Amino acid sequence: MFTLGLAGVLARRNLVFMLMSIEIMLNAAGLAFVAGGARWGEADGQVMFLFILAMAAAEVSVGLALLFRIYHRFKSLDADQVAEMRG
Amino acid sequence: MEAAFYTASVIAIAATILTITRSNAIHALLYLIVSLLAISVVFYTLGAPFVAVLEVIIYAGAIMVLFIFVVMMLNLGQRAAALERRWQTPAIWTGPTILSALLLAEVVYLLVRGAGGETAASVVEPKQVAMVLFSKYLIGVELASMLLLAGMAGAYHLGAQQRRKKEVQHATGADEGRAGAGGDLVHTRTGGSAGAP
Repeated sequence: MFTLGLAGVLARRNLVFMLMSIEIMLNAAGLAFVAGGARWGEADGQVMFLFILAMAAAEVSVGLALLFRIYHRFKSLDADQVAEMRG
Repeated sequence: MEAAFYTASVIAIAATILTITRSNAIHALLYLIVSLLAISVVFYTLGAPFVAVLEVIIYAGAIMVLFIFVVMMLNLGQRAAALERRWQTPAIWTGPTILSALLLAEVVYLLVRGAGGETAASVVEPKQVAMVLFSKYLIGVELASMLLLAGMAGAYHLGAQQRRKKEVQHATGADEGRAGAGGDLVHTRTGGSAGAP
């Protein structure tokens, strides 16, 4: 699942899809944590998942705000185009 | 319980694959929500009910609503209306609906079977999670709060900057005579007084 998210980040050029893929990767990491915690019967895995959740919320809010700015400035969500027009 | 776990896993992986292969952002978001719900069921079957609930509320609720808002705001206009008309075709929503229906059947199965029959692995109760979270990982909680605060401030800054620029543009466009430093000052003052109360 993590590899799927990674493939999404690499394959898609649209910034919205890249953000979504980052979400998928965070989810995969959280899933691994919870599975590990369930395997050994510890609560630490779930605690880590809570941290991942908080981080994902912060990351998504900032990322979407940035996305909005980029769209209004470049009128496009193409990552390559944004990279070329920097300056 | 084993069957439920594997079914939910397969649904999650299938929905994720469909998410990253869709061309339309809204369709991808629908599949992503299904994927998150499936992961939530996986959490439940793994013996983490608290995290499963949080996954549904925060991820599938809050974060996805943020995504949908932004996606909807980005393609406003007549293009969105044309898209809306095309979305009414049943072919669009059958995929997510089938996957969600499978998940719903699974949840009903778990509820009917539920109560006594827990998973093979040990169940980690919310109380246990809270005990560890607020004793061993207290510094992490504080850091997470700082991170959230920074994220909120950053998002507000990015949004507010844009609004301020637009307001200045409006001011200079509306009355050219008063454009310049005076207009900007007036605008910042009105913005400050509006924000103060």
